[in-house]
Amino acid sequence: MVVSAAGERAFVEYDHVQKSYDGETLVVKDLNLSIGKGEFLTMLGPSGSGKTTCLMMLAGFETATHGEIRLDGREINNIPPHKRGIGMVFQNYALFPHMTIAENLAFPLEVRKMDKTERETKVQRALDMVEMGSFGGRRPSQLSGGQQQRVALARALVFEPSLVLMDEPLGALDKQLRETMQFEIKHIADNLGITVVYVTHDQTEALTMSDRVAVFEDGRIQQLAAPDELYEQPCNSFVAQFIGENNTLEGVVESIHGGVALVKLDSGDLIDTVPVNVNRAGERTRVSIRPERVETDATRLGPDAHTLKAEVLEFIYMGDTFRTRLRVAGTDDFIVKTRNAPDRARLQPGQTIDIGWMPEDCRALDA
Amino acid sequence: MADLTADIATGSAPGRLTTADGKPLKAALAAAESHARRRAFFLVLPLLLFVLITFIFPIVQMLHQSIYNPGFTLHRDVGTGVKTPIMINVRNWFDENERGSDPDESAYAALHKDFLLLDELRAAGSVGTRINYDMSGTRSLFTKTARRADKLTPPFQEGFLAIDKDWSDPEVWAVMRGASSAYTANFYLAAVDLTRDVKGDVVSVDDNRALYVKLFGRTLFLSLLITFLTFILAFPVAHLLATLPLRYSNLLMIFVLLPFWTSLLVRTTSWMVLLQSQGVINDALVAGSLIEDESRIQMMYNQTGTVIAMTHILLPFMILPLYSVMRTIKPVYVRAARSLGATSWTAFRRIYFPQTVPGIGAGALLVFILAVGYYITPALVGGADGQLISNLIAFHMTNSLNWSLAAALASLLLVGILILYWLYDRLIGIDNLKLG
Repeated sequence: MVVSAAGERAFVEYDHVQKSYDGETLVVKDLNLSIGKGEFLTMLGPSGSGKTTCLMMLAGFETATHGEIRLDGREINNIPPHKRGIGMVFQNYALFPHMTIAENLAFPLEVRKMDKTERETKVQRALDMVEMGSFGGRRPSQLSGGQQQRVALARALVFEPSLVLMDEPLGALDKQLRETMQFEIKHIADNLGITVVYVTHDQTEALTMSDRVAVFEDGRIQQLAAPDELYEQPCNSFVAQFIGENNTLEGVVESIHGGVALVKLDSGDLIDTVPVNVNRAGERTRVSIRPERVETDATRLGPDAHTLKAEVLEFIYMGDTFRTRLRVAGTDDFIVKTRNAPDRARLQPGQTIDIGWMPEDCRALDA
Repeated sequence: MADLTADIATGSAPGRLTTADGKPLKAALAAAESHARRRAFFLVLPLLLFVLITFIFPIVQMLHQSIYNPGFTLHRDVGTGVKTPIMINVRNWFDENERGSDPDESAYAALHKDFLLLDELRAAGSVGTRINYDMSGTRSLFTKTARRADKLTPPFQEGFLAIDKDWSDPEVWAVMRGASSAYTANFYLAAVDLTRDVKGDVVSVDDNRALYVKLFGRTLFLSLLITFLTFILAFPVAHLLATLPLRYSNLLMIFVLLPFWTSLLVRTTSWMVLLQSQGVINDALVAGSLIEDESRIQMMYNQTGTVIAMTHILLPFMILPLYSVMRTIKPVYVRAARSLGATSWTAFRRIYFPQTVPGIGAGALLVFILAVGYYITPALVGGADGQLISNLIAFHMTNSLNWSLAAALASLLLVGILILYWLYDRLIGIDNLKLG
């Protein structure tokens, strides 16, 4: 499995791509992205961040205003969508309502002038792959959302494209089904060795499925990294906020040396942090700490840990975890997640406790 | 409100659900909802009555009129409203003597008695009119005879022949025999260019008098042509309406609806201004030296005029259903087809077009049914050969006053449309119809 495209020739390449719809504003601002063969890359971002536009340019439904898009080394800017040979799964599946499931799947093969027996074999094989083998004669409207989703996937794969694009394909499904389908899509993609470019605004989905995630905001890629790196080492406060849950403490950098930035929080507390994109003393910064890296039981902390006083505002029982909202260093929405274990105390609102974390879990980002 | 808790265990019959107090569930449900249902019924009652009085009743009346004409059997005095049976004696003679037997003295005697009554009631004209429907030129025979009937003495046969030799024409007697029953299928025969000969057999009318079958054919053909033309013109417009950004499509929609806000007569007359041989189009062609002044194109007072004007007038009825269907077709389907390898033409043909079929069906049915019964436009711009069947129905209603024939023609038209509707249901399915 290719995790990074570095070193070998890229399969899909965006080269200084810009896109504007109205000639006044740029929706995509200078996109450079290489995707390796067999990679599962997710474009993640809030709506309006330009991720879907990037996907549509690759599919051929939008033209790049500037720059080149290459597929397998070939420039495809001026190739119409039907000649690109890229499979695509759409947000609401876009199954043709006037055709049966089998006819839907046979359509891409028919337009490729494949003969009938070969067509039928391939359609059946594709349906079996998504466990929909006995549904060939039904109409799309007779299927549930999850089943339609599977059929849409099978249709995008039946003509054996080497690149498949997915535009928020699980957006309309309920949570449980969505999770099942995430794994299923991932497994199918791995088994077939296809390259997938996946667009979503759901960060859990992105983390679960992808080899690499490109976080989009304001027409730019904010960070392009593997899921663990993205979560644990967000490179700016947008990514830190967008991926997973995050606590933010604001303050000013006092000093930076030896890979440690000393930050004076607005409340007056001094803490050690990892400097990520702060460069000099006096700069304002946002310090980010993940809720699950904060310890509410000071006795469990190592000797290097920071401790701060905190007041419990709210305690929420969530089954597998406890979620505690605290007042820390002047902010009222400092969240701590604790695993539900027998030796864990349930905190009471109003209680004052000591909380602490390791300095390396605490990252000083842009303000 | 009855407690609707179903309890199978206490149910009287196995599998029959009852409420907690033992009433059958179905009855309880009906009782619970009867109030709402009654209220709903009273809400639709005015409309129901309106439809019954203004739609169902006239249609039944028309169907009845097409097979019932008492012009030879019953006289209704216009002033007093008194109904008097007429022509009793000659009708009795017809009953006693079989078809084809020559009228003898007793027949003429019977006829004489009847004419005395006709003269007294001043009803000879209407009886003559009734006979005139089946055999033209006979009305005066009746009025003339009625005037002189009181002076006739036996033998009546010679007396009648002296008044008019036509009384010996076996056709007159055959037609009178046909009219002697108020219920008759003769009007339907006439409506399809058939008639009865002296022996009572059904034969076609002379070629130079055959009219209706040709007109039905022309109406059908022109209506299909107009439907097809509106479809060709409406499809791209509806597609634009459904896909353009809102502010352009709103403007376009106003242009589509504009004809609806203009009087039908104004629209038709403006076509007359445009199309007539001294009209705008011909003038422009002559001015542009495209045609000679002598050879101006005749676009008005013929079928061309009817087709052009009716296509324009009926166009919105095709555009609107098409638009309402196209609006619901998401562009993502065509995109999906393109991504699966279809050219834009294949995507249109295989994916977009089949999804518009319900709209095409609805529009075509609407336009066709409207076109088949269209009256004003062909009357104004159709000239002689651009007339449709409805113009002839109107002629029989207002000019010849042969309401029975008009009713028969209208009934045939109705049956024809019902057959087409049935065919449409069989071929495409009426539940596929989408009007909005």
